[in-house]
Amino acid sequence: MNYLKMAYRNLGRHRRRSMLSALALGLGTALLMFIAAFFQGEMRGSMETTLRLNTGHLQVSNTEYDPDKLSVAWEYLIEKPDQAAAKIETLEPVRAATPRLVASGIVSVRDESAGVQIMGIDPASPANEPYQTLVDGEFLTADDRSGVLIGYPLAESLNLKVGDSLQLLVNTSDGDVDEQQFTVRGIFTTGTSAYDKGVVFLPLAKAQSFSGAENRASYIFVLLHDREQAEAVASAIQGQNLRIRTWTEMNELLVLVNDFSNAYLTFINLIVLGVTATVIVNTLLMSVFERTREIGILTAIGMKGRQVIALFLAEAALLGMAGIAFGAAVGWAVSAYLGRVGVYFGDLGISGEMLLEDRIYPYLTLESAINLIVTAFVITLLASLYPARMASRMEPVEALHSAQ
Amino acid sequence: MEVAKLTDVTRIYKIGEVETRALNGISLTIQDGEFTSLVGPSGSGKTTLLQLIGCLDQPTSGRVVIVGKETTNLSRNQRADLRKGTIGFVFQFFALIPTLTAYENVEMPLLLNGKSASERKQRVMELLEAVDMTDRAHHRPDQLSGGQQQRVAVARALAPAPKMILADEPTANLDTENGEQVMEIMKRLNKETDTTFVFATHDPRVIKYATRVVTLRDGVIEKD
Repeated sequence: MNYLKMAYRNLGRHRRRSMLSALALGLGTALLMFIAAFFQGEMRGSMETTLRLNTGHLQVSNTEYDPDKLSVAWEYLIEKPDQAAAKIETLEPVRAATPRLVASGIVSVRDESAGVQIMGIDPASPANEPYQTLVDGEFLTADDRSGVLIGYPLAESLNLKVGDSLQLLVNTSDGDVDEQQFTVRGIFTTGTSAYDKGVVFLPLAKAQSFSGAENRASYIFVLLHDREQAEAVASAIQGQNLRIRTWTEMNELLVLVNDFSNAYLTFINLIVLGVTATVIVNTLLMSVFERTREIGILTAIGMKGRQVIALFLAEAALLGMAGIAFGAAVGWAVSAYLGRVGVYFGDLGISGEMLLEDRIYPYLTLESAINLIVTAFVITLLASLYPARMASRMEPVEALHSAQ
Repeated sequence: MEVAKLTDVTRIYKIGEVETRALNGISLTIQDGEFTSLVGPSGSGKTTLLQLIGCLDQPTSGRVVIVGKETTNLSRNQRADLRKGTIGFVFQFFALIPTLTAYENVEMPLLLNGKSASERKQRVMELLEAVDMTDRAHHRPDQLSGGQQQRVAVARALAPAPKMILADEPTANLDTENGEQVMEIMKRLNKETDTTFVFATHDPRVIKYATRVVTLRDGVIEKD
């Protein structure tokens, strides 16, 4: 006869009450597990999307280049970008390095227009793979001189189809504007509407001639096999007048939010678990009061205070284990299912430094799951110390009297 | 040998502003192997006296010595320790743990005394046989009659082979036949094992078994 066996039978006396308390803890755990998965999925997705579409892992530019200006004036641009990119690509941790030219411009169709980034890319580079998911039409080719690739939301709002013409206005290197007619070759989607509605792709060579940048580019976009290598690769790249920025520098806000989210999750965990712990404490308190006489008998036949505590803690532990196991199973199942199909949010209207996909895929790490399970269990036991100690402090005489 | 020696013991209960003098300067010695009844009307202090002998409570003044050990300054845990091997209890209500079977109830004090599994099994079966409950060993209290429960309680009190068993109105909730049966068992065990028995009772059926009768009235010993 051990404590757990006794505890199990004691819980069985009020089966419904025990189940309801375990259920409260279970639902709390499930909810927290899902929140953790959702948060982590969101952060992870946002980070991946931002790196993949916006910043890459490294950007190599002229020291004078200001990413907020989108100016293609020559003094801001990097010379002979093809050579530099090819050289960077020979480094072992580098997956892809490709020059990009970014200029500000306006798309207009009939009497409608929209401000966009005009981006010249090397269609052959694997770094541009995210833009190759096409809703319609074809991807760009390097020697195309009149074709553009536009995003699905932009095509929708301007009512453009593959083969339609559009007017593109660009701010050129000499501070002037130029305007040309282009044909929509393809309509792409990256799954991030906020990004897709604001960018028009051209082959790099065409973008360079159109904007007057000639043989220059805004920066070299670098993707690594492992983003943790960014610092190492950055120090390996050398060259005069080059500025190398890593993904952590370019996404300070995102890195900050990511770090903060863990603290935020811990805070939510403590609040929710604190509430569920009171349910368990309440259940145990009821049982302490109901079993006053029994505790008196046990102490009369020689049970010591700490053994009484152990008995009640065993009950809390069983309730806790049952509730947490149930909650963890439900939370994991829901997270895993939604992690596969995603939760659709649409365009949240967040653009700029932080990009979010239209669908958020909850993602549960083993670490956060274990963290939650252990925290929930420890909080349950700590909270149960109060009723357990109360039981252990009953004087046998008073306990026995209460029955008569 | 003296199993219990009380010297000038007073116990005052204080409820709010009202003081109740449950025991008033009692001195009493109980010798090894006695089968003693504490009798008196309700409110005379029987139960309080029993609780003091049993170290369940402490006197307001006076000394209580149990098997040669001064108990006045012991902590709650030390008193629990002293009780564990020395004193067994049988209560008026059938004080079995409802979630445990008859067997497990008898086993409990042995567990608390740290006896090995084989020792426990042997002792429990021996005791259940002594109180004629072998065939009901694996029933829970709610499946037993009052008499059967009280017999299990006696077996449990005897389990750690205590020097002394204290019984508070052990037959009060039993019919004549069951009451007699429980008393017979206790009397027999008193003879066979030389365990001291002290009862608080006002049941004449119990008193007639006693070898010594201590009469209490208003917190003092009226007759011994």
